[in-house]
This record gives sequence, structure tokens and C-alpha cells, in this order.
Amino acid sequence: MALAGIFLMLFLISHLLTNLLMLAADGGKAFDRAVELLGHPAVKIVEYTLFAAFLIHILLGVILQLINYRARPVKYKKAPRTEISTFSRYMFHTGIIIFVFLVIHLINFFFVRMGWAPLPETAAHSHDFRPMAVALFQNPWYSGFYVISMLFLGFHLKHGFQSAFQSLGLNHTKYTPAIKIIGTLYAIFISVGFAIIPVYFLFFFSS
Amino acid sequence: MNVTLKIWRQQNAQTKGKFKTYPLRDVSPEMSFLEMLDYLNMQLIEKGEEPVAFEHDCREGICGTCGLYINGRPHGPMRNTTTCELHMREFKHGEVIYIEPWRARAFPVLKDLIVDRSSFERIMHAAGFISTNTGSAPEANSTPVSKIIADKAFDAAVCIGCGACVAACKNSSAMLYAAAKVAQYAMIPQGKVEAKERVDKMVRQMDAEGFGFCSNTYGCEFDCPKGISADFIALMNREFFSSRVCGHKQK
Repeated sequence: MALAGIFLMLFLISHLLTNLLMLAADGGKAFDRAVELLGHPAVKIVEYTLFAAFLIHILLGVILQLINYRARPVKYKKAPRTEISTFSRYMFHTGIIIFVFLVIHLINFFFVRMGWAPLPETAAHSHDFRPMAVALFQNPWYSGFYVISMLFLGFHLKHGFQSAFQSLGLNHTKYTPAIKIIGTLYAIFISVGFAIIPVYFLFFFSS
Repeated sequence: MNVTLKIWRQQNAQTKGKFKTYPLRDVSPEMSFLEMLDYLNMQLIEKGEEPVAFEHDCREGICGTCGLYINGRPHGPMRNTTTCELHMREFKHGEVIYIEPWRARAFPVLKDLIVDRSSFERIMHAAGFISTNTGSAPEANSTPVSKIIADKAFDAAVCIGCGACVAACKNSSAMLYAAAKVAQYAMIPQGKVEAKERVDKMVRQMDAEGFGFCSNTYGCEFDCPKGISADFIALMNREFFSSRVCGHKQK
């Protein structure tokens, strides 16, 4: 769970940095170049690892949650008042929202690339992701859904980052406070970073 | 002061339980929570009703026998306090107080507020000990332990095994209990000898008992009456990894 999570967190950084190139003032040249690089055969290995990481993380998450529900057959009548962080309480729920987002995201981009979904009119090739994204982001409903999903991703990461270290036993009185701060900054960076892209294309961009 | 108690009543493990309401008058704020229940039980006995079954022993917060889920928290609203150390002055006149047993599959209800915590005992039986030679006590200075490590091991050893960690955890996980029991030995030289086998056996037993898995919410740490830190859970995770990766195969 934690190892797959850490791999996914590293992937998010690379994905965000690539996506931010869409905002560059060069009409998407840098972004297209990055997409081209990601098509390199060596990157394929990373891509398969990524799918495996997603699968492991999702399957383990569901299995663990089912076992955890089963561990308390009779619930408390009085709602628990034990103080725990809201993010940690709803990891499974934020995970489901991110999963729904992931499925839609894959249909919009990955399926098109693989030729499983029809090529949108805006794109010339199956890997012309920027025009596809711009067309989607100019739909306020899609952008709204995207931004809200990124908010929940941020909630998931806020707890997930430090939780991964704890699960791996990487806990120390000196370094754990720093890990928690870095985790919060990371969660904000990822969720805000991804969310500004649709906001930009919706409000500040005219093709 | 007057309070209204809503108490879980259940005849035995086989039957279904339900809440029963008991208005209680003239409760002294100086009463401990358990004395208040004794006071209720006296009245029930006088009326010919069956008294509420709850566990208690030392009534000074060191035995780990008492444990009630009071108004949504194990051991009630005070931190670092067992149920027996809780006093009625912490409640308001006219307050409605819900009293429930620990809820976990690994802690089945035996009667009313009493749960069977022998799953904890079985985790200890699995390997929660140090094998040692009999005979006279060895010379104390032959096994040096630093003051920092001795103190830290003791911070884990203060666990009274009450089960509040399981009751507080949204996953009914026993990680804090098992971690405290693993850590109290793992940090000192006497315990290091069998450390790898110990953590492996204790974690296996914990999983076999049907407790949930840890998702690092730290609710256990918040409600532990002995203030045991969730840092010990990370220590146990570390020990467990080391055992799985470097431990010898069991014959």
C-alpha cells in the first residue's frame, strides 16, 4: 500500500510538471516534445510499473477497507468523538472519488491514444493531448469536476504522504515533523498545480 | 446532580442487545464513574432488577480491567484517564450519557458492558515474552541499558492492555497494543535476542484474531489512557519488515 503509494506520488510530480508545460507561451511546443519523450520505449517499462502500482494500491485499499468494516460488526450508537484528522477518516472515500476521476481521465486521454475511443475533432493525432485537454477544459462542467477531483486528491495526499512513511516504519522524533510539513506542502502543490490548468484554459485562454 | 444513562444491555454473546434508559437522581459529582454505576446497581438490585454487568478491579488506573465506551470515546471525555479514574464532576447536571461496550469482532460481548479480551492474551501467548534461564538474578550491571532506552521501553511497557486503542480505532485495529508489547522488548538487549521471531508471531496472531488493519489515523494514541505513542507502531512496522526480510526461515 505504502510502496505503491510512494511510487504514485512520484508519478504525480512528473505528470504535473509535464502538464504545466501546457501553460507555456510557446503554443504547446514544449508540452508536445515532452509527450514525444514519454512515447520512448524505455518509458514503457515505467508505464507498466505505473499500471501495476495503481492496481496494487486500489485492490489493497479495497481489500483492507472490507476487512476493516468486518472488524467491527456492531457499530457504536453514539458517534465516535475520538479526535482524528478528517483526511485520515475518509481515505477510502476520497480514494473512490479519485478512482472515478481516474477512469474518466483514462477514457479521455489514454483510450484515445490506444485507439479505443474515437479521436476528438480538435486533435490531429491520437497523441495530440493539448488540443484535447483545451477542448475539455473549456467546458465549465468538466473543469469543475476536474478541480473538485484535484481537491479530493489533495486531501488523500495530505494524509497519505506521512502515512506511507509511518507504515514503512520510517518514523523518527527528529524527522517525522518535517515529513508531515513536506507532506502538506506536497499535497497543496499537486492539487493546486493540477487545478490551475483547467482554470487557466476556462477563464484566461482564447484559441 | 441528575443524569440520564443509556446503557447497552445484552444477556449473553448469543442474544441481541439493546439500549436501556436509566434516569439517575442525586449523583454526587465526587463519585467516580464506576461508583456511579455501583449506585445505579444498588437501586436496580433493590427494585429486583438485574444489575448492569461491567468489569473493574483495581480502580486506580493500573490493571486495565475497566473500559467503557462513554459518550463516543473509550474511557470517557478525559484524556490519559481510565474509566475508573473518571469522575462525575466531568459531566453536567441533566446530561445524557451513553455507555457502550468496546465494539470489535475480536472483542465479543459476553454480557452487558463486558467484552471478552482474551484475543489480547493470545497475542501475548504467541511470543510476548523473553525466554530466560531460571536461577538467581544475574548481576544487574552485566547487561548495560542506557537511561534513554530504558525510559523509552518503559513508555511502551506502561500499556495496561485495556483495549481502548481497539475501541477508539475506526478499523478496530490492535496495532497500538501489539506495538507497545513488541516495543517494550525490542528496544532492550534482553529482548533483542528473539526480536525477529517475536514480532512475526505476534503480528500473525493479531491478524488471526480478526482485528482490523492500521490506517494511521492515530485515534488509538489520542484515546490511550496511558498516553502510548503511535511512534511504537512505526517501530513495530520496522521490526516486522526486518523480520520478513532478514529473519531466518522457521523449521
